[in-house]
Amino acid sequence: MRIYALAVYLFLYIPIAIIALFSFNAGKAATQFTGFSVQWYGKALSNRFVVEAFQNSLTVALSSALLATLFGTLAALALQSVTGKWRAVFDALIYIAVMVPGIVIGIATLIALVTVFNWLNPILAALWPLAETAPQLQLGYGSLIAAHGLFSLALVIIIVRARISGMDRSLIEASADLGATPFGTFVQVTLPQIFPAILAGFLLAVTFSFDDFIIAFFVAGSKTTLPIYIFSSIRRGVTPEVNAIGSMVLTLSLTLLITAQAILQRGRKSDKA
Amino acid sequence: MKSNPTEADLPIAELRKASKHFGGVVAADDLDLTIRRGEFLSFLGPSGCGKTTALRMLAGFETPSHGDVLLDGKRVNDLPPHRRPVNMVFQHYALFPHLTVADNIAYGLRQLRPKLPAADIAKAVDHTLETVRLPGFGKRRIWEMSGGQQQRVALARAIINQPKLLLLDEPMAALDKKLRRDMQIELQSLQRSLGITFVLVTHDQEEALSMSDRICIMRSGRIVQVGSPRDLYDRPKNRYVADFVGKSNFFSGTVDSVSSTTCRISTATGQMFSGISTQSLTAGQAATASLRPEQISLTRQSGHGVKVRIVALIFLGEHTEYLVRHDTLGDFLVLVPRQSEASEGRFDLGADAYATWADGAALILADD
Repeated sequence: MRIYALAVYLFLYIPIAIIALFSFNAGKAATQFTGFSVQWYGKALSNRFVVEAFQNSLTVALSSALLATLFGTLAALALQSVTGKWRAVFDALIYIAVMVPGIVIGIATLIALVTVFNWLNPILAALWPLAETAPQLQLGYGSLIAAHGLFSLALVIIIVRARISGMDRSLIEASADLGATPFGTFVQVTLPQIFPAILAGFLLAVTFSFDDFIIAFFVAGSKTTLPIYIFSSIRRGVTPEVNAIGSMVLTLSLTLLITAQAILQRGRKSDKA
Repeated sequence: MKSNPTEADLPIAELRKASKHFGGVVAADDLDLTIRRGEFLSFLGPSGCGKTTALRMLAGFETPSHGDVLLDGKRVNDLPPHRRPVNMVFQHYALFPHLTVADNIAYGLRQLRPKLPAADIAKAVDHTLETVRLPGFGKRRIWEMSGGQQQRVALARAIINQPKLLLLDEPMAALDKKLRRDMQIELQSLQRSLGITFVLVTHDQEEALSMSDRICIMRSGRIVQVGSPRDLYDRPKNRYVADFVGKSNFFSGTVDSVSSTTCRISTATGQMFSGISTQSLTAGQAATASLRPEQISLTRQSGHGVKVRIVALIFLGEHTEYLVRHDTLGDFLVLVPRQSEASEGRFDLGADAYATWADGAALILADD
C-alpha cells in the first residue's frame, strides 16, 4: 500500500520538482542538466513581455481580490440573517459557483460579455456627445477583473461565513449588553473576530486570480496575463526561461496559500481561549 | 441619593404578565414578578423552565410577546439591550478573546458618550480588578486566565458599569465544586458591599438556597412560587417545590379531614399522616404528605412508629443518611444526627428498626 501511495505522490510532484530543478539549468536544453545557473531567472525578469504579463496578472489579481473580499464579506454578513428556504438557495448558488468548471465560466462569461458589448456599443456611439469617436466597450482588464472577482466572491463568502458561524454569538450579545451600538459591536467585536478569515479569503482570491489560465484565456481580450504568456511561449518549446517563470509563480502561490492557512489556523486557536 | 423614601420602595424591575412565545412554544407564560431594590433574587428550575427567557427579557435580548417589562418604573419592552442600564454575566462568560483583561473590563465605559477620559477609565479598571481580587492582571490575555479567573473578569466587566440590575446566567456552571463554593460566598459579599440588585439563574438548588434573599421557582414557563429560601423550605406550595428545595419523602393519599390547624390524609394502605397544609384542601381530594428526612428518627424499640429495614446508608460526617424500606410505604430517607446515634447506636445495613415522627409533623401538599 505504501508503495502505491508513494508512487502517487511521485507522479504528482516529480514534474513540479523537475521544472524547479531545470530552471537552474546552465544549458539551453530542457532535458539535459548541464550545470547550475540562475541566468534564466535574469533572462525572464528582463524580458519585456514577461514583465508586462506579470504586471497585468498582478493588477487583475489585486483588484479582483479586493472587490471579491469587500463584497464577499458584506454578503457573508448579510446572509447571517437569511434563513430557511432562501438560505438553502443562496448556499447552493455559492457552492455551484465554486464547482462549475473554469472552462464553462470562461465560455459563458465571454459570450455574455460580447453580447452585452454588441448591444451597448452602438448605443454608446449614438449618445456620445463629443466629436471624436466613442470609446468601445471591449474585453480587457475590466472583463478579467469582473470574471475573477465573481469567482473569488464565492470563495470569500464560504471562508468568511465559516468563520462567522464558528463565532460565539454571545460575544455580540455581550457587546450590546455593555452598551455598544450595533455599529460599535460590528467594529469592536465582529470585525476583529472575522478579520483572519477576511485576510485569508483575500489571499486565496489573489492566488486564484494570479494562477488562473482558463477563464483568463477566454475573457482577456488583447491583454496577456502571466499564465497566458507561459501557455503561448510553451508552444514554441519548453525553455529554461519558462521553467524559471513557472518556479517563481509556484513560489509566490505557495507563499500566499501557506500564509492564508496560517492565518486561519491562528484565528481558530485564539477562539479556544 | 435616596432622598425620596417612596422612590427607594419602588421596585427596581418588574415583569407584568410577561409572556414569550417562540413559534408555537411558550417559553415564558404570564410571568408576574417584582424585583426589590438591592435584593439577591434567583430564578430556580430545571432546564427549559423559562428562567433564562425571563432573564433575557430583563436584559433586552428577548421582547415579551405579551405583557410588560419595567425597569425603575419605566416600561422598557422596546428598549434595545445596549440602552438598558442592566449588565449580564454570561454562562460561558463571553469574554472578548481579542482584547486584554483590562480592555474587556473597560469595554462598557468606553461605549459612553461623551467619552470618558482614558485616565478615569484606567483608574476604574484598576479599582474593579481589586474588587474582584485580580489586581495586576489587566495586561493578561483572556486565554491565559483560569476558569475561575475568567469568571471574575466577566463579573468585573459587568459591575464596573454600576448597573441597576446585574443578571447572572448560570455563572457557576463551568466551575468545579470547590471553586463554586468560594465564588458563591464571594458573590454574596460582593452583592452586599456594592448594593447592586443581583438576579441569578440557576438549576442548582443549593446555589439558590445559599445565596438568595428570595427564590422564584419556575416550571414549564410559569412561576410556581416566590419566597425566601426558608419560606420555600418550610412552606412549599406544592409537591414540585418541596421536591426542588431540599430533600423530602412523599407519601400520596387522600384527604380524610381538614380542620383549621391540621389536615389528615391516609394512604391507600391505611397509613395516616397529619400536619398543616399550604393550600386549602377538601376531604376526599388527592394529596401528598411530605416529611423531611430530618423529621424522621430511627429507634430499635418496638412499638414506636413503623417497622423498616435499612437498605442503604451514607455517612455524611455530622449526619448519617439512611434509606429505609417499609412494607407498604416503600423506600424513604431518614437523616440521623450524630448525637442520637450516640444513644441509639449505629444501624447496620439490613438491620430492622422503627421509624418515628411527631404527629402533625408532615406537610400536606396539593399535587399542583
